[in-house]
Amino acid sequence: MATLRLRVNGETHTLEDVDGSTPLLWVLRDELGLVGAKYGCGISQCGACTVHVDGAPVRSCSLPVAAATGAITTIEGLADAQGELTPVQQAWVDLDVAQCGYCQSGQIMAATALLRNNPRPTDADIDAAMGPNICRCGTYIRIRAAVKAAAANLRESRT
Amino acid sequence: MSTLSYAGIGETVLAVNGELPATAQGVASVAKVDRREFLKLTGLAGGGLLLAFSLPRAAASGGPFAPNGYLRIDETGVTLYAKNPEIGQGVKTSLPMIVAEELDVAWRDVKVVQAAVDRRRYGMQFAGGSTAIPMNWEPLRRAGATGRAMLVAAAASKLAVPAEELATLDSHVVHEASGRKLAYTEIAALAATMPVPDGKSLRLKPRADWKLLGTRVTGVDNEALVRGEPLFGIDQTMPGMKHAVYAKCPAIGGTVKSANLDAIKAMPGVVDAFALEGNGNAGQLLPGVAVVAESTWAAIRAKRALEVDWDETDAGKDSWRAAEAEAERLAGESGRPVVNQGDVDAAFSAADKRIDAFYKYHFVSHAQLEPQNCTARFHDGALELWAPTQTPGSAINDAAGVLGISPAKVTLNQTRCGGGFGRRLYNDFVCEAAAIAQRAGVPVKLLWTREDDMAFDLYRAGGFHRFEGALDSDGRVSGWRDHFITFTNDGRRPVGGGSLGPGVFPAGLVANVRCEQTALPWQHRCAAWRAPGSNVFGFVVGSFLDELAAAAGRDPLEVLLEVLGEPRLLRPGNPRSLNTGRAAGVVKLAAEQAGWGRKLPKGRGLGLAFYFSHAGHIAEVADVSVSADRKVAVHKVTVAADVGPIVNLSGAENQVEGSVVDGLSTMLGLSVTFENGRAEQSNFDQYPLLRIPATPQVAVHFVDSDHSPTGLGEPALPPLAPAVCNAIFAATGHRVRTLPISMEGYSA
Ligand code: FES
Ligand code: FES
Repeated sequence: MATLRLRVNGETHTLEDVDGSTPLLWVLRDELGLVGAKYGCGISQCGACTVHVDGAPVRSCSLPVAAATGAITTIEGLADAQGELTPVQQAWVDLDVAQCGYCQSGQIMAATALLRNNPRPTDADIDAAMGPNICRCGTYIRIRAAVKAAAANLRESRT
Repeated sequence: MSTLSYAGIGETVLAVNGELPATAQGVASVAKVDRREFLKLTGLAGGGLLLAFSLPRAAASGGPFAPNGYLRIDETGVTLYAKNPEIGQGVKTSLPMIVAEELDVAWRDVKVVQAAVDRRRYGMQFAGGSTAIPMNWEPLRRAGATGRAMLVAAAASKLAVPAEELATLDSHVVHEASGRKLAYTEIAALAATMPVPDGKSLRLKPRADWKLLGTRVTGVDNEALVRGEPLFGIDQTMPGMKHAVYAKCPAIGGTVKSANLDAIKAMPGVVDAFALEGNGNAGQLLPGVAVVAESTWAAIRAKRALEVDWDETDAGKDSWRAAEAEAERLAGESGRPVVNQGDVDAAFSAADKRIDAFYKYHFVSHAQLEPQNCTARFHDGALELWAPTQTPGSAINDAAGVLGISPAKVTLNQTRCGGGFGRRLYNDFVCEAAAIAQRAGVPVKLLWTREDDMAFDLYRAGGFHRFEGALDSDGRVSGWRDHFITFTNDGRRPVGGGSLGPGVFPAGLVANVRCEQTALPWQHRCAAWRAPGSNVFGFVVGSFLDELAAAAGRDPLEVLLEVLGEPRLLRPGNPRSLNTGRAAGVVKLAAEQAGWGRKLPKGRGLGLAFYFSHAGHIAEVADVSVSADRKVAVHKVTVAADVGPIVNLSGAENQVEGSVVDGLSTMLGLSVTFENGRAEQSNFDQYPLLRIPATPQVAVHFVDSDHSPTGLGEPALPPLAPAVCNAIFAATGHRVRTLPISMEGYSA
């Protein structure tokens, strides 16, 4: 049991008496009330729990909280201070991607990380970046379309 | 009173999910039961919906305008209530759209709220059998039209003009002659004092006037979803809540002999640990050990450290290998007759060619992405639940039964469900949460781990079919035999989704048909899985028909159209039965759109299949490449569907795309095998759901028809597997007779 400092969505949280081996996912959900990241498998197979650590997508179900020393971003931290959605989130709404929606937080985090480094992803890039994320409802066709739509919007807003 | 109605729901769901045949007449008779039951429950028969639902209080106070349970308008805006559980099938958006169309409210002005569970007000509330649209279509249209009529009456009185001079548009009543218009929000209070119009005088919009229905509307929860808001069952929390897990014997029927409870209770974060006996009903509460902890992780860790000595004297010994051997042995014998039409023996003796084939498919799991969970608070003899369930009414009754309290003492809050696929028709997880909350004396959120979910699913049962087909000298299908080896949980009836009905394809289409079945005992419970029955029967009959066409040396398209025959309703007078004209229509449309008959390179082929389920007529053509080492690439699936008018085009296309992906995912590589009474797969590393790289293109074509609309959550799934397997045959000449096809060496 230790005291840990966790930087999440720009805020620093001090957590007393936390077992450092606790997966980051459960600290986010149970201790910080950030339930956007989901539990699907607990073994890095489905991607429902995807968050960013220093901008890179990680499976928070399998990352011990003690190892989460970087800046963490969850889906709750994507929209700006005024609540404006990011182009990725907006594309997900515009294209009506979700069915049950349970996987979509993880999908959006994976897509956001992809587009940060790659403004013009090919289908193969999308396969590689989104491959770790399962959608049991089978919304992959729209996920691909939304990634492309968001990429186009991002490129436009940067020019 | 409520017992009766909820029993009704239970029966309906069972019926929808397998006790009745999956084809034409099964669905038709379900629809009949539903309709009758629904009318009885809601008093709808005489168009009296709104009288039954009207709230006299509103009229008396001139307060918010809420003439029925589906809409509420006050000076601040318009709220529509979504009655049924949202499991990803889109009803939280599509059902309110039906109200909005008739109410003539602008969709952007609408706020949609999940309705409370209230049988008196809403009748049956459940997600199953693709029934939400057909069951609610008329009532919701009438609910909206009633609202509009009362708003018009209010405007007429306020403007002192005859109601006939008024029109409605985008949340306003408009008096064109004088150029005046009134917002619904302005006249809501006055509308609440207007008499509720007689159901018979209500005029519903002709289809030509629809503005919202048939358009693409994004899901009402989408913005909250992309922000990560707490919509799901697993996201619920309350003050003082603890986290619970529940360990059960992996072989069904095992009981708790002893467990290291003291050691568990001493673990950090653990609040309590105790054994529960179960209530003797495997569908409700199995015996097990509960751990209650301060956090989810403390609970999961404790469960891993838990050592339970199970008494397996009476536990099941389910074995897939043994079942397979037994089925192969039984296949040549005869079973209980289900269909016997014409003179099958004569057809076979007169046949020019006889074809014999043995098909099998494995058990599969629902694997809905949100594992089972339920939050429960038991206080002062009353139970409050937050549950992602497809059958809230049954959940209330089951939980009340387990706790020994009246259902009137149970409140259930509907949460969004992270997938359902039929798993959440069954409320074992709700019963467990209720029992643990009662015993622990604190509110708990029970979470099943993925491993729990896969070990205690109500599986889609495996099965075996021995087919024989007869072809006459013209190459026509003249005889058909199927001996189906299925499973039974209770030793009497086949499991849900594991029973051929009298209407199974091609009964009623081919002159001489005999289907028989035999059920093997099985302990792990099996039940509805998306398009129950149809999801496997579609595969075997669609594949075997293709085999017969190949044996006759004929084009499968031609043979399928010949079997469908002249346009007719298979059950005259029942509009929800197979309509061979609509069937032929989608078959031709899919074939045409996919370029049926075009020349393809070696190793590439098109496969066609049609299946009718849930009153939906759907044909699919798969375009597939197969490499020498049996790597399969599904390039494109062309779907033609006739389900009547489309409510939400975006949602409808999404359901079809999802059904194709689900069908492909399941047929390619998913199975749960059992040995020594235990499921052998426990998580997604052993249950490889399809991922984005293997996803095909999907082209969806809806037939624009005026038949009454039906649901799309299920019927686009059954034709997928036979279409792909028939394409593999077209590409390679190899006939696949096992699902998943990975069992025959194929991979994606
Ligand atoms: S829950 Fe983390 S990958 Fe599935
Ligand atoms: S939308 Fe349901 S799991 Fe992806």
